[in-house]
Formats: sequence, C-alpha cells, structure tokens
Amino acid sequence: MSTKRNTFRHRTLPYLLIAPQLAVTLVFFMWPAAQAVIQSFEQEDAFGLSTTWVGFQNYQTLFADPEYLNALKVTVVFTLGVTAVSLGLALLLALAVDRMVKSATVYTTLLVWPYAVAPAVSGVMWWFMFNPTIGIFPYLLHMVGYDWNHGLHGTDAMILVILAASWNQISYNFLFFVAGLQSIPASLREAAAIDGAGPAKRFWTITLPLLSPTTFFLLVVNFVYAMFNTFATIHATTQGGPAGSTNILVYKVFNDGFIGLNLGSSSAQSVVLLFIVIALTVVQFAWVERRVQY
Amino acid sequence: MVENRRFLNLLAHLVLILGVAFVAFPVYIALIASTHGQNDFLSGLIPLLPGHDTIRNYSAMMTQGLASSGAPPLWLMLGNSLIMALSISIGKIAISIISAFAIVYFRFPGRMIAFWLIFVTLMLPVEVRILPTYKVVAELGMLNTYAGLTVPLIASATATFLFRQVFLTIPEELMEAARIDGAGPMKFFWDILLPLSRTNIAALFVILFIYGWNQYLWPLLVTTGTDHYTIVLGIKRMADIADQQPEWNFIMATVVLAMVPPVLVVIFMQRLFVKGLIETEK
Repeated sequence: MSTKRNTFRHRTLPYLLIAPQLAVTLVFFMWPAAQAVIQSFEQEDAFGLSTTWVGFQNYQTLFADPEYLNALKVTVVFTLGVTAVSLGLALLLALAVDRMVKSATVYTTLLVWPYAVAPAVSGVMWWFMFNPTIGIFPYLLHMVGYDWNHGLHGTDAMILVILAASWNQISYNFLFFVAGLQSIPASLREAAAIDGAGPAKRFWTITLPLLSPTTFFLLVVNFVYAMFNTFATIHATTQGGPAGSTNILVYKVFNDGFIGLNLGSSSAQSVVLLFIVIALTVVQFAWVERRVQY
Repeated sequence: MVENRRFLNLLAHLVLILGVAFVAFPVYIALIASTHGQNDFLSGLIPLLPGHDTIRNYSAMMTQGLASSGAPPLWLMLGNSLIMALSISIGKIAISIISAFAIVYFRFPGRMIAFWLIFVTLMLPVEVRILPTYKVVAELGMLNTYAGLTVPLIASATATFLFRQVFLTIPEELMEAARIDGAGPMKFFWDILLPLSRTNIAALFVILFIYGWNQYLWPLLVTTGTDHYTIVLGIKRMADIADQQPEWNFIMATVVLAMVPPVLVVIFMQRLFVKGLIETEK
C-alpha cells in the first residue's frame, strides 16, 4: 500500500491518531457483526435463559420458510424495479440535458435536489398522493376504471414503494450519467454524423457502449441502494404489507429481530445480507480497477 | 451537440420539463396540503390549490406538535436533527482525517491491519447488525442520548479513503520543507494539510450533513422517548395515527420542514455537493 517516501517518526502519535476511528469500528461494527455471526449458529430457549449451539439449523429453517423465500422474491422484484425506473428516467433526462447549451445548469439544479430528501419523507409524500380515499392518483385511476388500493392489492403497494424509492435516486443517477456523457469525445459523434449516422444510430452504436462503465457502476450502486437504503421507504409506508407483498429483506430482518425478537433467525438473515453486501462491494471495487484501464 | 435538429431540441426540452414536473409534483402536493385546514382532507380529492391556514398550521406544529400522536413540538425535533447531522458530519470528518494522516504520513506496526479494519466497515451497514449493535449501545447506557444517536455512526471508510487520496496527491516536498523548517507532525497537519484539504472537507461536509439529517433506522432503534426524536422519525409517528384520524395538513407541514434544510444545502452548495458525491464514490 502506498505511503509517502519520507514519513514522520513517532512511536505513539500514529496510534493516538487512528485510535478514535478504530475504537468506533471495533465496538460498534466488528463486535456486533461477530455477535450476529455467532448467534446465527445458536438457538435461545423460550425464556431467553440459555443458548445452545445448533449448527446450520437456523439457516435450514430460514431457507425452508415460505415467508423468507417470499421476501427474497419481493426483494428481487423491488430491486430490479427501482433500478430500472431510476436508471431509465435518469438516462433519458441526462441525454436531454446533454443537448442543452444554455439551460443545462438550470435544469440540473431543478433535478438534483431530491437526493437531499430523506427516503422516509418521500415515502410519506407518495403515500399521501396515492391515498385510496383522497389521493390524486387513485382519483385519476378511478376515472379510467382502476380501483387503486395499496392496502389490499400487493401489486399496487409494490408500484407505490418502487416509485417512492426511485424518486429519491433519480438525481444521483442523473448526475453520474451527465458526467459520463460529457466524457465521451464529441469528435466520435461528429465523425459518425459525417458518415451519415442519425441520432438514434449514434446513440445505440456510440453513446451507449461508451457509457457502459458508468452504467455498470450505477447498476451496482442502485442494487445496494434498493436493497439496503430503502428500509425507511418501506417502514414509513407499507410496513411490508399487504400480506408480505413489500416485505424486503432488510425490513424482514428488522421485523423478526427487533419486533419479533427471534434472535437466531434474525442473525441468520443478517449473515445472508452480509454476504450480499460483500459480493456487491467486491464487484464494485473490481469495477474501479477496470475503469482505470478503460 | 453535433447538429441542430429543431425537433430533437424541442423533444429534449419536453422531456426535461416532464422530468422536473415528476420530481417537483410530490413536493408541490405536500406544500399545498400544509396550507389547508383539517376539514379539507375528509373526503373527495386532496386540494390542489393553496389554502388559508398556512400560518396556523406551521405555528401550531412548531410550538405545540401533535399531541394526539405524542409528537413533540417541531422546533425540538428540528433541533435534534440539526445536532445529529452536525455531530455525524463533523465527527466523521474529524476522526477520518486524522486516521488518514496516520496511515499516509507514518509507518508503524499494525498499519495494514488498521487500514483493513476500516475498509471492512464498508461491508457492515447497520441493517446487517441491527440487534447486536442495539445491545452494545444499550449496555453502554447510550439509549436515548445524543451520543447513542451519533457515535456509532461516525466511523467512515469512505471519508478515510477520500482523505488518504487527497494526501497522496500532496507533493512530498511540502513535508520535507516543513521538516527542514523544524515543524513537527501536528504542526504540519494544522498548518499545511488542513488548509490544503479545505475544499474536500467542505464537499464531504455537504454529503455527510444530508446523510446525518436523513438517518432513519438508527434513530428508530436508539430513541424510545420523544425528547430525542429527529424530525424524519417524527413524521412517521404522526403518519401512523393519520390513518385513523387524518391530520394531513400537520403531517405535510412537518414533511416540508423536514426537507427544507438539506434541500437548501444542496441548492446553495451545488458545486460542492456534486464534487462530494463524485469523490466519495471513488
């Protein structure tokens, strides 16, 4: 690992400097994570008095549990939905801004601020707009003959949380797409235009392939966002319902552990999530290496 | 732009206007709802034009809160959010910049281990260790305290890497010159490193302020009494009750107040915000 050629010589100072960070890391990150891993192999008796080592039993129960399998499925649908909606809209907006000469900064300012709105806050706003009795969208949908009720219909609830979660993430994706588009040399598109390629052809054969590193990076970031940072969206709106139709993994782990106090199962779920984060982080860092060569 | 096509330009404007409308619409609805009296939400359609109860709604929320759902006055929750956002952002920056300083400018046994320990925190979001972390905080007696709300969140691998990156680009000669002039490590840190990383600190501060302000899961676990509620958490408590007893005007007033500070930060510090966003993802 790189450092400076010359370094300061001091016996205790570097340890003092790094101590606060390490203390927080060890006490609030490492120790609890280790606890979660250990507890995932244990089972508490009904009174919480003694624990016994049960090996992989918690995991076996977990993957045989239809509710957990449902949560896995819901998470996949939700993650793909959020990623598709927020990446798609952001790319469209970034392509449009890329054409603007004078108004680009104004549009950018008007599009980036939702990043600052808390997911819980945007969840409540969308919840309000879709309120089955007084909300504006159910009112409009009713006119075309659709009876919207996210309290009863799983699909409605899923659409609602996907919209709310995507709304927050569009500005982030937009900024990275704009930066990606600006880094594509104009000469390439000009050359294609001279050779007679129209705007659509140029998009598919030049812009999109050259944007692929940005797209891939955003794909990973959006997966992480949808899987881990949307707890607030779910908790502030549907609470996993109706009938588990929006019960994503991070919500379930909270609900089973913190509300249901099922220590073994919750820990096993934590460990599964841990593996997902590790896999996504590895992919993300492998991508950073690749981008340097690109 | 390669060529000028009138139709495509018009289309681009149309797409952008629709996009702006899409992001602005929920906020417009919330803003309008916060200007109406309670009776406007009983049936029919939510109001789409401003009402007359703006001052009444906001002053009632700021000074009294929503007694029916046990929510304290908003100024209290706004204060808690501000304390939390500032402690988290300043705390993260402070402990990260000194650990990056230690890692880059010193060679000491255990340096690699320390670096990897910090790196691993990237893979341990609160969501994967909810219960055990809660237990640690409870055993340390930090439930319902500002320390409990902030300290467990201030370790930061991202910030440490960012400062490490910044320090690595600072020319070696500066340190050599400082040493020849007789400056010790801390003097070098205060007089040279800190001023040189000023804009990075500012950019990071913008991102971390938003991060701290918008925390949800952690305050949900750590606060049990209303006196440490943050505003983002308070909204949820009110909305829970609202399903039976719609007080949407008050809830939406809270929603508006909860988003104003971070949104203003982004709008007025847009350049720093974009810089921070792109730097922290490297």
